Amino acid sequence: MTKNSRSEYLVAAVLVAPFVLIFGWMFIYPTLQMLQLSFTKSPLIGAGTWVGFDNYIKMFNDRTFWTAIWNTSYFVLLTVVPGTAAAMIIALMVSRLNGWVQSIILAAFFLPYILPVTVVYLIWDWMLNLQFGIAQFIIEPLAGKRVNVWRTVPWFMPMAALLTIWWTNGFSILLFLAGLRNIPRELYEAAALDGASRWQVFRSITWPLIWPVTVLCLTIQLILQLKIFDQVYLFAQGGRTQATMVLVQFIYEQAFQKNSGGYAATIAVALFVIVVGFSLLQFQVLRARGGNK
Amino acid sequence: MTDIVSTAPIQVAGGRRRYFDPGYWILNLLTVAFAAIWFFPVYWALATSFKTDDEAVRPGINLLPEAIHLDGYAFVIQNSNLPIWYVNSIITSVAVTVLAVVMAACAGYAISQLKFPGRKLLWYTVLASFMVPVSALIVNHFIIIADVKLLNTHAGIVLPMPITPVTVIVYKNFFDSMPREYREAALIDGANEFQLLFRMFIPMNWGVTTALAIITFIGAWNSFLWPFLVAQNERMMTVTVGITAVQDTFGVAYARVLSGAVLASLPVALAYLIFQRRVTQAITLSAGIKG
Repeated sequence: MTKNSRSEYLVAAVLVAPFVLIFGWMFIYPTLQMLQLSFTKSPLIGAGTWVGFDNYIKMFNDRTFWTAIWNTSYFVLLTVVPGTAAAMIIALMVSRLNGWVQSIILAAFFLPYILPVTVVYLIWDWMLNLQFGIAQFIIEPLAGKRVNVWRTVPWFMPMAALLTIWWTNGFSILLFLAGLRNIPRELYEAAALDGASRWQVFRSITWPLIWPVTVLCLTIQLILQLKIFDQVYLFAQGGRTQATMVLVQFIYEQAFQKNSGGYAATIAVALFVIVVGFSLLQFQVLRARGGNK
Repeated sequence: MTDIVSTAPIQVAGGRRRYFDPGYWILNLLTVAFAAIWFFPVYWALATSFKTDDEAVRPGINLLPEAIHLDGYAFVIQNSNLPIWYVNSIITSVAVTVLAVVMAACAGYAISQLKFPGRKLLWYTVLASFMVPVSALIVNHFIIIADVKLLNTHAGIVLPMPITPVTVIVYKNFFDSMPREYREAALIDGANEFQLLFRMFIPMNWGVTTALAIITFIGAWNSFLWPFLVAQNERMMTVTVGITAVQDTFGVAYARVLSGAVLASLPVALAYLIFQRRVTQAITLSAGIKG
């Protein structure tokens, strides 16, 4: 018996070893190292000196940090709820269709999601090009003139949010479709027999039954968009990056452009705390939902 | 708006309409129109890539290219590092996919089926790491990779990427739901744990494996931040990072730039179009919805 369980330990050790090794090396170790680094004044590569909480004090007094917090929050505000609402409406529209028509329409809505971010950047850079962009035919009548979107601060975040919704919404659409499919047909048949109106059916059947999926989409989106970097970085290149700075971009700037590894790690800790905080909140929300059932 | 929403259940309820309903057709037309608008930027990129550079900047709206010109594609392939970037992308994405899936399947199997000290601890660590934002770790990933002299190498690009707790969680859950009797019967027949995993558990969950592999591949191909940081030498870049360099050198030659963009998205777009069902399954699974 002991021999058996010992060989089972051995097999288990062999099976989990690669994962544990890479996981420890690329996940646990950097997390701890990040904490340690945040208490030092050090370049990106090379030894540093212990400075206690200096970096944290500097961060809380740093205007750019608060700009980054504000811009990140603004971006989250512009993407999470509007994006989820759009995904729900699109899913409801797609779910009315059948067969190959549904497949094609769904693919049209979903395809942007699998594009690399740089492709999304190139497409929209072209669409919004000041001189030749086809989207300027819509912007010009609305704004009264052509707008250099990525060089005009008030336009920057809303447009970045719009194309982020365009790019990432496929994910939420699929979740909503799965949620809609899980609603028992009998409920709708019963409602039809009772002569319920379309609005009544939506209010008392569809909406409450897809609410859990809605919460799931909202929290996934929230945590995803807090980590915004790629789009904002790509579109802000060569412009006034300070004005549209977001948190991850601030980490990048401090570490790779200003060579302050220690300070960059401090901002990374801030991001870490914010994201883990919201994740715990998400966990609580989901558990509360599970408890109700 | 409310009207669009409220009509939705009609089709779900079986679509038996006994009378002609104009609202139904108007909504369907709206859906198709909206899908066309949504898809337009992708179409526009494709259309532009088939134009000549002069044609692309001609005034007015020219929705169709005059002819299918492949000049942009030929130019990008001949005059940029795109072919090398392609090779880099294929090597790194395949490596990440294989590593992530195999490691997760092995770890998921051990956690699900075997008893060993630290099993609970490992499982809770995996669950907790779900919350950790990898983008907060970029600075330290860079330091670690620089320490082992792997900057500007394929290994350096690959190493931090196959850490996918979700994949372990999905495997563990699927292996948990395998009937106990299969395993017991195979053990009595003298199979060992490795045979059980590779001859039985993985083949019986082959769909999940394909789904996870495809979504991991797409994610690896598309990842930007880390490859962008670690591969600064232009010959080590992945396609996803490299195509912005094309834009910097070619300037306003949009037909060429968008040809590069189309080529960069081709593998992932094809992967999606061929394996649509698997991609859908992987996404719902990773969000914790049973697919």
